[in-house]
Amino acid sequence: MSAVAENLPPVNPPAPGSERSRLPGRELLGVAFGGLRSRKLRAALSALGIAIGIGAMVAVVGVSASAQANLIAEIDSLGTNLLTVSPGTDFTGKSAPLPATALPMLSAVGHVQNATAVYDTGQSVFRTPYVPAAETGGLSVMADTGDLPEVVGAPMISGRFLSSPKQQLPEVVLGSAAAQNLQIYHLNGRAMVLIGNTWFTVIGIMGNATLDASLDTDVFISLPMATKYFKTAPHPSTIYVRSDQNSVTSVSDLLGPTANPMDPSAVNVSRPSDVLEARAAAKGQFTTLLLGLGAVALLVGAIGIANIMVISVLERRGEIGLRRALGATRSHITAQFLCESALLAAIGGAFGLLFGAGATEVYAQAKHEPFVVPLYALIAAPTAGFLIGALAGLYPAAKAARLSPTEALRA
Amino acid sequence: MSVSRAAAPPSAKLDGVVKEYPGGVQALRDVSVAVTGGEQVAVVGPSGSGKTTLLTILGTLERATDGTVEIAGVDVDGASDRALAGLRAHRIGFVFQSFHLQDSLSALDNVATGMLYCGMALRARREVARQALKRVGLGQRLDHRPGALSGGERQRVAIARALAKRPTLILADEPTGNLDSRSGAEVVELLHELAEEGSTLVLITHDEKVAATFPRRLRMHDGEIVEDES
Repeated sequence: MSAVAENLPPVNPPAPGSERSRLPGRELLGVAFGGLRSRKLRAALSALGIAIGIGAMVAVVGVSASAQANLIAEIDSLGTNLLTVSPGTDFTGKSAPLPATALPMLSAVGHVQNATAVYDTGQSVFRTPYVPAAETGGLSVMADTGDLPEVVGAPMISGRFLSSPKQQLPEVVLGSAAAQNLQIYHLNGRAMVLIGNTWFTVIGIMGNATLDASLDTDVFISLPMATKYFKTAPHPSTIYVRSDQNSVTSVSDLLGPTANPMDPSAVNVSRPSDVLEARAAAKGQFTTLLLGLGAVALLVGAIGIANIMVISVLERRGEIGLRRALGATRSHITAQFLCESALLAAIGGAFGLLFGAGATEVYAQAKHEPFVVPLYALIAAPTAGFLIGALAGLYPAAKAARLSPTEALRA
Repeated sequence: MSVSRAAAPPSAKLDGVVKEYPGGVQALRDVSVAVTGGEQVAVVGPSGSGKTTLLTILGTLERATDGTVEIAGVDVDGASDRALAGLRAHRIGFVFQSFHLQDSLSALDNVATGMLYCGMALRARREVARQALKRVGLGQRLDHRPGALSGGERQRVAIARALAKRPTLILADEPTGNLDSRSGAEVVELLHELAEEGSTLVLITHDEKVAATFPRRLRMHDGEIVEDES
């Protein structure tokens, strides 16, 4: 007897028909990988379809999450302790102006760090007297008591703000959008604008007031000047209040009764950071459409995989027949093809995650925003790929299992 | 091998087997034959005589339309597809005319694939495959892909794949059909040698010279066994 016979299992059966055909999970994975490896280019191209779909979706989610994180970080840096007080309506539905005493009263409330008010002068601002009066550019002239940039957290881009509440000089500070509109980009001492019939010297340009963007389209003069030239009534149109961070709610509750003790319900109190946070959350909603586009790309990718698997089954009829002859059951054949297509798509999904994260990183770098890819995307991307692949492989796998082994061997 | 041939149970037993294909074509008509364990049988006949159909029935790849089939002690009619797959995985080794090797795998892994569904781990399968390839004289060609082997060598890889799991029944369908006469003769000799080690061998051929090397020859014509000479 040759040496080999001693190394091989014995010929005599333990019991006829007792042996089962088996394909352990690890072997199945090996077979599926082998199937993909033998058709590298085709596997890569069909995985690419899934990668693009998943990549697009991850990028959409990542970019919007990054933008959102940025906005929330910005809001946090500006502080969530700013409160605004504005006139509401009385019980007859008429507008109820804030009393002139409102600002000093509010400043005296405990836990209020500082407060400032703006007053609507009802005037418009023009670069020259030749601009028709109707072309206001949507800009308003507001009077202020002097602390606005500090209270609303808007930095000065250049120059300075109105220095003192007692300011008696015809000086004006422009909001960022107002400066753009008036085409005044720097202060070389000569920039002047016309308000009413008076020329005002531009002494500063304020940056974006993120917490109250309406300030960006305003220009500011001092309250004494507004009273002197435009007879502005001392009823604030908005009062900005900074409270202690830990007392925002209690301060907020006090603002209405303090500002207008006669009719507290005729006062609107709001917290701008809440509105912005809600808006940041809403920003995520815009991505639904883009996600839909990503889903279409994914569907196309899935059809690509189904297509490639159908072709693969046709081409590999010989292999299928051989495997049946070697002892594979129908379910082994189904499992093999399902596993191949699911693996293919899962690999595509993993690469898609990399593409998407890369695109988000590039976007975040360019916009100087934090890089955020939501945690769920890390798990969802390859999982979605796997499921889509399994789904796409269902039909081809069933087709492969149905093949008659003898017909397959003849192919 | 110490197996007593006379006492061995039949490796295959067909009784009144009819195989009819859709459209009414009768590939086998009332075939009854028994092959004892360890026997070496050649099936000869012109093309279309039902040789390959007989082999697919013996190999449990197809079921008979009528009659009873018993392979390695298993009643094929009453067995589930799963049970038949188990039978093929452990008991039956196929050798095909067109080799049916996987081009992307080395000779070693092609042979190891032959035992894939036996439930053996890859390492163990490779070890047995290495021995089997040495046995067929391809010990130096383990890592070669089928594309880098000659026709005779490829068929020897396929034979190693069929025998590595030590099947009770080796079924060879025109194994010399794609080979020149010298490699063909070598392959047949190898099959004889290996079957001597304890397997039953049923080989289909239309080559009388190949058939002449077998102790028992079944002659087929029009789906019937017309002669059983030994």
